Amino acid sequence: MSDKDPKDEELSSRQGIVLTPEQVRGRRARNIAIGLGVTFLAVLFYAVTIVRLGGAVANRSI
Amino acid sequence: MSDASYFDESTTPKLPVAAPLDFIALLKPRVMSLVVFTALAGFLLAPTLPHPLIVFASLFAIAVGAGASGALNMWYDADIDAVMRRTRLRPIPAGRIDADAALAFGVVLSILSVFTLGFVSNWLAAALLAFTIFFYVVIYTMWLKRLTPLNIVIGGAAGALPPIVGYSAATGDVSMASLMLFAIIFIWTPPHFWSLAILKMDEYGSVSLPMLPNVSGLRRTRLEILIYCLILAPIGAGPWLLGFASWLYGVTAVGLGLGLLYLAGQLFFAQDNATIGQAARRMFAFSILYLFTLFLMLTIERVLSFMGLF
Repeated sequence: MSDKDPKDEELSSRQGIVLTPEQVRGRRARNIAIGLGVTFLAVLFYAVTIVRLGGAVANRSI
Repeated sequence: MSDASYFDESTTPKLPVAAPLDFIALLKPRVMSLVVFTALAGFLLAPTLPHPLIVFASLFAIAVGAGASGALNMWYDADIDAVMRRTRLRPIPAGRIDADAALAFGVVLSILSVFTLGFVSNWLAAALLAFTIFFYVVIYTMWLKRLTPLNIVIGGAAGALPPIVGYSAATGDVSMASLMLFAIIFIWTPPHFWSLAILKMDEYGSVSLPMLPNVSGLRRTRLEILIYCLILAPIGAGPWLLGFASWLYGVTAVGLGLGLLYLAGQLFFAQDNATIGQAARRMFAFSILYLFTLFLMLTIERVLSFMGLF
């Protein structure tokens, strides 16, 4: 005997919200844009940090 | 309520179809490019420039801040944008972006831009950028725009601040020279937008925006444009008079100022509606050329000066 609730099974077998091809394309394009944006910001912040630290950052007494 | 209602289209949120380009349109790229241009001029007024990467990152943050203001402006004005022909294809009234998504986008970018500028340059510049965004969104868009014909006179301060933000990002200070550039854009804004308002009187009237031509009439608007141009012409030559631009800039500014006065005079003395429309169109176009040329000359002079060629 299965210990799954029949209501849960019914819910999980449903198709749910089906995206139209246009919505899928839009979501994919937005995800790529967000990925590129975050990568750009990470590189920019890293580079700015290096510039602000200056070239002599390694020459310090320990 | 049956379980089926969980997936009922009427109760589930509308899923977005927006492409990245729609979000870029929300940033008002043309306004953004003008902001970057004027902020760069402010940057170049600094006696010495920071590292090129700091300049780039600061201008990037200022551009994003300007874009965020544009997004928040489009979010708040979506109701009137949907009515006016000039704006009804913007992403929110066209149904490509949900208003709540535009609001979230604008708020996140505002915060991101201010903290980025603070991190890459200094916190005075960041505070000035935050004030610029606040002034444009809250003071201009939410408060003055629908309240008074002085909307663009006072609201113009938001558009005039980028050179000050740029200068403070480079130096951590505010100078007379950057205030001079602020004054040029601040005095330039009313005649520029009132020329457009004359051309778009019907559209502004259809959404009950209290633009000067709709509230006080064409005669009063043309007089105000003339008065503002009389003030703008000498102020435009200010950078030369204050000694941070060359005589070449001075001659150009005086020549363009006289051209502006001539067109403002033509507009003021125009007799019938057709002539007024033509004169307003010329005035609008020339005002863009005026500001662009002055800032371009300043930028070129300063770049050549930094390169030791001028």
